[in-house]
Amino acid sequence: MSAAEITAAPERQRGRMNRAQIVNAALALGLVGFGLGVWAMGEIFLVTLATKVAILAIAGAGLNLVLGFGGLVSFGHSAYFGLGGYTAGILAHHALNYTPMFEWPFLFEGTTSMPVIWITAMIVGALAAAMIGALSLRTAGVYFIMITLAFGQMIFYFAISWPAYGGEDGLPIYVRNGFPGLNTLDPIQFFGLVCAVLFAVLALIAILARSRFGLALQAARQNRQRLMAVGIRPGGVLLVAFVISGAITALAGALYADLNRFVSPSMLSWHLSGELLVFLILGGTGRLFAPLAGAGLYIALEHLLGGVSDHWQLFFGLLLLAVVLFARGGVIGFLAEGKRHG
Amino acid sequence: MTRYLTTTALALSMIGTAAMAEPVKVGMITTLSGGGASLGIDTRDGFMLAVEEAGNPELEVVIEDDQQKPEVAVQLSDKMIQSENADVLTGIVWSNLAMAVVPGATRQGKFYLSTNAAPSQLAGKGCHENYFSVSYQNDNLHEAAGQYATDEGYARTFIMAPNYPAGQDSLSGFKRFYEGEVASEVYTQLGQTDYAAEIAQIRDSGADALFFFLPGGMGISFMKQWAEAGIDMPVVGPAFSFSQDILPAIGEAAVGVKNTAQWSPDLDNEANKAFVAGFEEKYDRLPSLYAAQGYDTARLLLSAMETADVSDSDAFREAIRAAEFDSVRGDFAFGPNQHPVQDIYVREVISEDGTLTNRIVATAMEDRGDAYAEECSM
Amino acid sequence: MLLLIEQLLNGLQSGLMLFLMAAGLTLVFGVMGLINLAHGSLYMVGAFACAGVAAATGSFWLGLAASIAAAAAAGAIVEVAVIRRLYARDHLDQVLATFALILIISEGTRWLYGSFPLYLNVPPSLSGSVILPGGIQYSLFRLAIIGVGLLVAVGLFLLIGKTRIGVQVRAGEADREMIAALGVDIGRLYTLVFALGAALAGMAGALVGTIQSVQVGMGEPVLILAFVVIVIGGIGSIKGALIGALLVGLTDTMGRVLLPSVFDLFMETSAATSMGAALASMAIYILMALVLLVKPGGLFGARA
Repeated sequence: MSAAEITAAPERQRGRMNRAQIVNAALALGLVGFGLGVWAMGEIFLVTLATKVAILAIAGAGLNLVLGFGGLVSFGHSAYFGLGGYTAGILAHHALNYTPMFEWPFLFEGTTSMPVIWITAMIVGALAAAMIGALSLRTAGVYFIMITLAFGQMIFYFAISWPAYGGEDGLPIYVRNGFPGLNTLDPIQFFGLVCAVLFAVLALIAILARSRFGLALQAARQNRQRLMAVGIRPGGVLLVAFVISGAITALAGALYADLNRFVSPSMLSWHLSGELLVFLILGGTGRLFAPLAGAGLYIALEHLLGGVSDHWQLFFGLLLLAVVLFARGGVIGFLAEGKRHG
Repeated sequence: MTRYLTTTALALSMIGTAAMAEPVKVGMITTLSGGGASLGIDTRDGFMLAVEEAGNPELEVVIEDDQQKPEVAVQLSDKMIQSENADVLTGIVWSNLAMAVVPGATRQGKFYLSTNAAPSQLAGKGCHENYFSVSYQNDNLHEAAGQYATDEGYARTFIMAPNYPAGQDSLSGFKRFYEGEVASEVYTQLGQTDYAAEIAQIRDSGADALFFFLPGGMGISFMKQWAEAGIDMPVVGPAFSFSQDILPAIGEAAVGVKNTAQWSPDLDNEANKAFVAGFEEKYDRLPSLYAAQGYDTARLLLSAMETADVSDSDAFREAIRAAEFDSVRGDFAFGPNQHPVQDIYVREVISEDGTLTNRIVATAMEDRGDAYAEECSM
Repeated sequence: MLLLIEQLLNGLQSGLMLFLMAAGLTLVFGVMGLINLAHGSLYMVGAFACAGVAAATGSFWLGLAASIAAAAAAGAIVEVAVIRRLYARDHLDQVLATFALILIISEGTRWLYGSFPLYLNVPPSLSGSVILPGGIQYSLFRLAIIGVGLLVAVGLFLLIGKTRIGVQVRAGEADREMIAALGVDIGRLYTLVFALGAALAGMAGALVGTIQSVQVGMGEPVLILAFVVIVIGGIGSIKGALIGALLVGLTDTMGRVLLPSVFDLFMETSAATSMGAALASMAIYILMALVLLVKPGGLFGARA
């Protein structure tokens, strides 16, 4: 099979690319502009909310790599999100309480340095994803959805009942971890940092998607036999994507822990896995900026409706239903093309 | 820009002080949607009843729904502090949400008055001068149940709670004052709804009494199944499974069960009579323990506003600590770690003209503080 | 020993409760290929309808009838208004739409009934317990649930295996275009199957709600368990759902009972019970992962 055939799908969309790119640029500028705007108006809480959107978008971007490009519906991504969060929480906990994490083979006292925490979180997320992915990828379709859920639930119940790091009570981080040269306690500086990470992650995914690896990944979704015919094992490609995806989502979890200065098992609950899926579908599965569009819309609606009525979830549900029934291809699909084909 | 706003706010507040008693803004974060909503709604309704009765125009309350999610609670507390400029936070029902919010809020100089959750961490080493529990310390009701089991002479008690920190605290609280033998100790799953296996174990254990802590829907399920099993064994537990918000759902199965609480609708004092009557008239239902705690919290806050301005933190803190208000519980005082020192009663579930409610049958502990006060260095 | 037998019976009974819920879910998935997250909401609708009607009329049996009717009606309405548009979509759109339905139905129910749990109790004719052969004292209502579960299982096997509708359902599973070409009104068939699945969920909600707590959100934990059941059994297979439900019920019950005592052998009691309970809560997910690793399509799965 020729490269041209593998790239056929993106090729077809080239005519529309410009409009989609405009939407993407508007989304990126919209997030940064919103953050700066509300900061200038002194609405610090809205800066926090925009930071939350950006972090959830990073988590969604991790999921998007396997779901949007690889076609794997993981219903257990909260596992990596929560593991990333707990990595941040546990490292900071030991550093702040001056209780060494381990003394052998060398003394390690934990850390409050964000770069170190991020790398550790990504390694933890990648390792977990490698183990879970290797087992889960033996299944497909709905069975894959459910086996990823099963692993997520195992970790969730473990976190609730394991008392060492707070169990269901969670683990507070009293002071936000530090980043060299920045005052992360300042909401706008932390927002800027998170945005930088978000755009770096999106850029990485964009590069990956266009690389040989990305093409093989898309081919793995569309036609496994063909991929095998050219000598690539689809399982291997999907597993690598799954591991990268786990690492990215774990990074988002570490940031989320720092945003809330708190981690708890609710970061591991299946609701969160479901919300990440909802972000992607809302935004438009498989589109680079889908997680940002979806998370932004979701959080904005939640925030606006929450102030209207105790029964806001009813209206929220109706709106979601309207989106899925009438705006196919998600928000980006709707904006960029009017209607998505296929 | 932010700096400019801060100075204006400061200037405005100084004008306020000069003119008259300053407004106090309360940020209430509680659970108003989802399965745990009934507890938050009772907390809010009790609190707001006291606010309306007082009619103090200087008290403003902003209420937000935490959906029983700790992250949402943290974000709402940021909102209350950063956007609403709240002076006092309150309302959280669940311990894990309190652990997420309270340390941060108090470190930022805000007052937190707990209407319910009071985990041990915040009573001992993690105590803070701006944190007050108006309800109890989490262990209290379990301790009282242990004391009552000792007083009744139960020799072998089967004890059971969900497997999470509050459940583990519950069983250790019970054992702290129980002098008999523990027949067996069982942890159930959080959110578990079927208890057939546990009930079979209880029947088989040869215990002469049962102590259990299963809040909310777990308690409803357990009590219904327990009644079906027809085991003749005295049952004692904290009030959470027998509070007015869920008693109607359990029905006759609850009648006769002993439960421990620091308040009861039949407590004989003027404040309580007025509260129960006022609550019934306004909301057309009997108040629960959570409603009583919300009501007392608001009344405590209102009493402090009478004597001090909130901008003078030290004076306001002293005013709260003095607790110069008529509690629906009768005598009420704060201990050294700013948790209540109060009587804890044993109540019995009764059916009164077809309505289930609680009646006090004994006093389990008098002037009980808590086990963690010594660890608090304040 | 007697205790162990009683616990096995409890496991069996909790498995059959799950089966009532899982049967409808697997039927809908098998026939229409639809992932219905709102199945738990229909379970809740059944419980609330039963509690509401039982409170108004004083009759549990009227309530039970109402629960089946209300859930079937809710199912039919939802199918016609929303679900019908989703068959041709991929699973993701179905997940989002039925997730939205959970929010709508839960919050709508809370609006109608308020936030407080409702009262629903065992009818006098089924209350109390009986002595089984061997001297086990067992709740009559739980025995009734075992009976209903077995009846539903037999009924579904007969329905699928012996009736005209069953033939159409099986044909529809195998080849959707062909059955349409044969002149069967596939739209009506789908509505019917969905309403049947909903009715089963509603009945399960009413029966289980009678000995558990009738409150908003009661459907979600059961929904996850029901998914675990049908995935273990193989999606679309009634037999698989039955076997899967029994496996999950037994694993969960026996895990809760036995694991703490296993840990007690080499740990201090408090820690052992806590550790055992922790592992017990993970047990069914471990079971599911193991089954899928050995048989990636579930025990009796026809297709992924």
